[in-house]
Amino acid sequence: MSEIAVNELVRHGGLDGLADDWSADKQTYHVPWGKAMMWIFLVSDTFIFTCFLTSYLHVRLTTTEPWPVQSEIFALSFGGGDPIPLILIAIMTFILISSSGTMALAVNFGYRGDKVKTFWLMCATAAFGASFVGMQVFEWSKLILEEGVRPWGNPYGAPQFGAVFFMITGFHGAHVTVGVIYLLWVAFRVKRGLYDEKGYEIVEIAGLYWHFVDLVWVFIFAFFYLL
Amino acid sequence: MSSTTGQQHPLGIYYRIWVLLFVLSACSYAVDFFNVQGGMRWFLVIMFMLLKAGFIVAIFMHVFWERLALAFTILAPPTVLLLLIAFMTIEGNYTSGTRYLYMGHDPNAVALSPDDIHGAEPAEEEEH
Repeated sequence: MSEIAVNELVRHGGLDGLADDWSADKQTYHVPWGKAMMWIFLVSDTFIFTCFLTSYLHVRLTTTEPWPVQSEIFALSFGGGDPIPLILIAIMTFILISSSGTMALAVNFGYRGDKVKTFWLMCATAAFGASFVGMQVFEWSKLILEEGVRPWGNPYGAPQFGAVFFMITGFHGAHVTVGVIYLLWVAFRVKRGLYDEKGYEIVEIAGLYWHFVDLVWVFIFAFFYLL
Repeated sequence: MSSTTGQQHPLGIYYRIWVLLFVLSACSYAVDFFNVQGGMRWFLVIMFMLLKAGFIVAIFMHVFWERLALAFTILAPPTVLLLLIAFMTIEGNYTSGTRYLYMGHDPNAVALSPDDIHGAEPAEEEEH
């Protein structure tokens, strides 16, 4: 299809555009294929995380043992003071939000062709992500070694607490870890100038994955830690 | 495609959304910090969660500016999941109801806190 014909099609917005895009025998999504595929992957990942969160909902509703009080379990005291409820989780939340902000800026500077800023902003995002994983390691080791929480039981109440906790935060932590590696890989390729010809959509695609990881944490923070 | 066709927006909007996400996170943490309980806790936590998720998807992930064909592909399938959540809630309430009714558990039991376990008195070993 010629460039003019594509522009002609893309001009319609809204519902007319929707009908145009889905009509037969032509390209539906007017985005780079890598971006469309990343979105389809993210939609499938949404289903996986929703299965976990729905299992958690079901387990928490059906257990007859009292559910442990998260705000006390995840409290932390500094310098021998009173424990502050959920403080570590709050810090982790702010770190992920910060990393989402630097990632959004990286995408923007990528499209402006500013390789240096894109590279450093992606490195900053990866550093935030790595510190998030570090805090999660701290949280896990505290729960496992000091509190004796196990996937099959814990000293507080419903034994399912540990199973849900390790499953959901572990799967999310694995996503963050993969994201850090992916971001660094793309960042160094940007720095080497490998996308000068192809364009910087790859930064946006990596950004979509990273924002998704942040998005999942928003739901975990609300449903697992706060409610 | 050339790099000029991508999502290009003024930086200001990213900064504003970034600050807004911080404020919303602080608000949801405040709900726990000031120990709001009951229906108000659910309402506030879920409202702040949905606002945060909405801004991340719409602005940071650019869905707001995407064509409807892509936006619907992204947003329509997950709405089916609401049905799954509704079914599991109904089923879960039924299961827990029968368990309390026939298995003699105490519906008002309270979970132990770390203070109960690491407190001054030596903790008793409890078998589950």
